Amino acid sequence: MFDFLEGYDLLGAFWVTVQLTVFSGIGALVWGTILAAMRVSPVPLMRGFGAAYVNLVRNTPLTVIIVFTSLGLADIFSVTLGAGGDFETQNFRLAVLGLAAYTAAFVCEAVRSGINTVPVGQAEAARAIGLSFTQVLTNIVLPQAFRSVIGPLANVLIALTKNTTVAAAIGVGEAALLMKEMIETEAQLLLIAVIFALGFMLLTLPTGLVLGWFSKRLAVKR
Amino acid sequence: MTDVSATKDAVPATDELVVLKNVNKHFGALHVLQDIDLTIARGEVVVVIGPSGSGKSTLCRAINRLESIDSGSISLDGKPLPAEGRELARLRADVGMVFQSFNLFAHKTVLENVTLGQVKVRKKDKAAAEETARALLDRVGVANQADKYPAQLSGGQQQRVAIARALAMEPKVMLFDEPTSALDPEMINEVLEVMQQLARDGMTMVVVTHEMGFARSAANRVVFMADGQIVEETTPDQFFTNPRSDRAKDFLSKILHH
Repeated sequence: MFDFLEGYDLLGAFWVTVQLTVFSGIGALVWGTILAAMRVSPVPLMRGFGAAYVNLVRNTPLTVIIVFTSLGLADIFSVTLGAGGDFETQNFRLAVLGLAAYTAAFVCEAVRSGINTVPVGQAEAARAIGLSFTQVLTNIVLPQAFRSVIGPLANVLIALTKNTTVAAAIGVGEAALLMKEMIETEAQLLLIAVIFALGFMLLTLPTGLVLGWFSKRLAVKR
Repeated sequence: MTDVSATKDAVPATDELVVLKNVNKHFGALHVLQDIDLTIARGEVVVVIGPSGSGKSTLCRAINRLESIDSGSISLDGKPLPAEGRELARLRADVGMVFQSFNLFAHKTVLENVTLGQVKVRKKDKAAAEETARALLDRVGVANQADKYPAQLSGGQQQRVAIARALAMEPKVMLFDEPTSALDPEMINEVLEVMQQLARDGMTMVVVTHEMGFARSAANRVVFMADGQIVEETTPDQFFTNPRSDRAKDFLSKILHH
């Protein structure tokens, strides 16, 4: 029944999906946090940039962003991200860049709503002992903000895992590209769909469960 | 009480630590601080009392610039309050602040609450900071709670930790913004006792409070505020036995006859 799977590197394709998720997830978390810091900063220019970025990026279809990294960044502006002519590596890196840039907008908004759950007195007390804006943010506000948005961040991460399928649009050999290839050549369409759906669930279900557990464990008691 | 004021009188009254000149502040149309002039000498304990909305908390918060002011000047130890940035942060480290709602860092243990400022602002090494912290926690009577989180402590214990946290910065002046107002009645005394001790040790203190007993026993001076103005400024004895303004008489008649 599963004979048709022979000759396809199913695990390899999902491994690329995992890599896309991990690298762009880390990128999105870092960049999204910086954006959130900008959005609450006392400097109007930073607040403006943060707001403009989030509203531009989260309202642009991901496919457009991913295709732009390839056709725009790489082909027009010759941004190759150090791939040196290796198109497979180049497209993978461009996809990570696009996914991270896109997901960061959602991370930013999740973190920002977390910042709003931290009572204003916490920041006041921190300022009162002489901490600078950055110190208040990194020592007091963000640690508490993150703990309250682990749940929403899990949603973002799960969405990111599934969004990596868009990387197929620029030829990154991840799970969705393999699925497309198999659908074109094999007859067992339903079975193929089920296999890939299960594959993604295998990745995302534990993410949700583990982060849900952390969310309860790390909740700040007031 | 008499020996308290005796030691207080020994402090030179000429050394001005906090000086507010002609300070004005608006919240929208509300003029919360109106031409406030106030000088606090080193080692002095000033209690600010007055009805709700009189601007006393705002006054207290303006001294370390948690509230900005519209006009006038505030200076600390001869230096004017900087507007923003590093300079302001440095100055705030010299001004201890105790809040009505304690505001202990909820994700840090009691010990970490007291060491954080020492390590991040005063750049002390961790071991020295912990030693200071434990000594201070012992001084305010919560040494055995050092490894707990704030939410596990009673209100009175939390407020005493907050005092220790402020003291850890070795401040020149301590501001208390209604430190006992959020406490259950039986916990008020444990906090007031710590504050009494601080006053006896010669700490310069500005205390916004409704605790008239504390004002009587620990204050060198009572500042009575109403409607954004300093209405009366005198010794506690004078104020409680022989208030001059009608506003103060009215206020005292409402709070003392229960």
